[in-house]
Amino acid sequence: MNALLWTLLDLLLAAMLLGLGWAAVATRDLKRGVALFIAFGLLLALAWARLRAPDLALAEAAIGAGLAGALLLAALRDEPRHEKPAAAHSRAGLWTLNLLSVLLAVVVAWALLCALEMGEGLRLAGAVTDHIGQSGVSNPVTAVLLNFRAYDTLLELAVILSAVLGVLALGPARRGYGLPGPVLGGLIRWLVPLLIVTAGYLLWVGAHAPGGAFQAGATLAAAAVLLRLGGVDRAGLPAAAVSRWLLAAGLLVFLGVGLSLAGLGYGFLQYPAGLAGGLILVIESAATLSIAVALALAYVGGWSRSGSTQPDSTQGGSH
Amino acid sequence: MIDFIAIVLIVTGIGFFAVGSIGLLRLPDLHSRLHALTKADNLGLGLVTLGTALLAGSLATAIKLLLIWLLVLAASAASANLIARHALERGDER
Amino acid sequence: MLPAEIIFGLTGVGLFTLGLRATLLHGSLLARILAINVCGAGVFLMFVSIAYQGAAAMPVPDPVPHALVLTGIVVAVSATALALALGRRLRESADE
Repeated sequence: MNALLWTLLDLLLAAMLLGLGWAAVATRDLKRGVALFIAFGLLLALAWARLRAPDLALAEAAIGAGLAGALLLAALRDEPRHEKPAAAHSRAGLWTLNLLSVLLAVVVAWALLCALEMGEGLRLAGAVTDHIGQSGVSNPVTAVLLNFRAYDTLLELAVILSAVLGVLALGPARRGYGLPGPVLGGLIRWLVPLLIVTAGYLLWVGAHAPGGAFQAGATLAAAAVLLRLGGVDRAGLPAAAVSRWLLAAGLLVFLGVGLSLAGLGYGFLQYPAGLAGGLILVIESAATLSIAVALALAYVGGWSRSGSTQPDSTQGGSH
Repeated sequence: MIDFIAIVLIVTGIGFFAVGSIGLLRLPDLHSRLHALTKADNLGLGLVTLGTALLAGSLATAIKLLLIWLLVLAASAASANLIARHALERGDER
Repeated sequence: MLPAEIIFGLTGVGLFTLGLRATLLHGSLLARILAINVCGAGVFLMFVSIAYQGAAAMPVPDPVPHALVLTGIVVAVSATALALALGRRLRESADE
């Protein structure tokens, strides 16, 4: 009976995910599509919770639904037309595309079912559970991210940095927002300190419970987005010189720790026993700041005019 | 006994959510839909939170759940106000 | 009873295909970026379904695919930001 109810919940969640995903991409009005995409992201966070992935649920709600949705809405604001142009495709082309999509779906589904059946093969989960005592943290996902596969996370920070450098190189910031009314202003005044404290908590708790640098960085970036929507054009970021250092800080600290350990004879990113927990916390703190500044700059769209918090729009309310 | 109270609270909360969703689908214009959404959904969330707080193991978890409800209340009140004001300024009643 | 990993795995396949088809079909850049994000969500669902080892089978689900998907979520958002900035620049230079 219990298993039947869980299966029912899973089927309902899966049906809603497919329905929302289909609606988000198929609708003509782009603004509605983005709103549906945000709802889709939140339901996906529920699916992660159902699949016993709480770290992913936190990250999906903050980054996948929240920040991605905010980015798309900000981009939509600059777009002159909100309707998708009517596609002029031939009937034959459309049917070929549909046929190929169905074939692709069948092949991938078959491959997935084969992979699920071979599940008792070689798994790294056993190796992780065996060695987690020496990793310095007790959350297995944090141990994998920052100890066992630390090199991958180092390269990921480099990828994020490259993407943000691209955004910064492509032009100045998007146009700002007007001064907020009393309701939005009051909400921002309460939420921003709360978000900062929550980010610190998520960073600290990532060692022994779901959380970590990415979720904490995303929470700080959410505070920056809120500030920008409240008319602070720089989104709470410090001046460009300091922001550049913060942007690079995660990668620099990670590399610094790795190279010093290599210089001291331990090997690149091989933490000595006993110091692993402390080193992971140092790296995670720098990474949190970097990720927060990177995502905030990606939302703002570029370097804003320095020092100015005066909006350049003439309307009183926010868009 | 506590389980029974919690289940009653959660089911009542779900009922309020259902009413709010019906209001979203059936009410004629933006402002009345906003009204249904914020009032009914937040009350439903409060009841569900109260039910799960009763089922929670510790006082700390219960307090966290209630703080989540207060946060959602503040955020949804503010966003309902912003949406309604924006629609009023633009003058459309979709 | 259908186990959770099969349900969510097949949902992932469906989302991947829907997203891919929508990317090839629509013309507007923003619509394509949206569709690619949905496509990516399908891929992540497939990954995590393979990692899920059943409620009672093992004490913890496989953390390595979880770490990979966490990385993937953040990289996907960064790539979306870059794509949107490119689109804005293209539109501005086309208007000049």
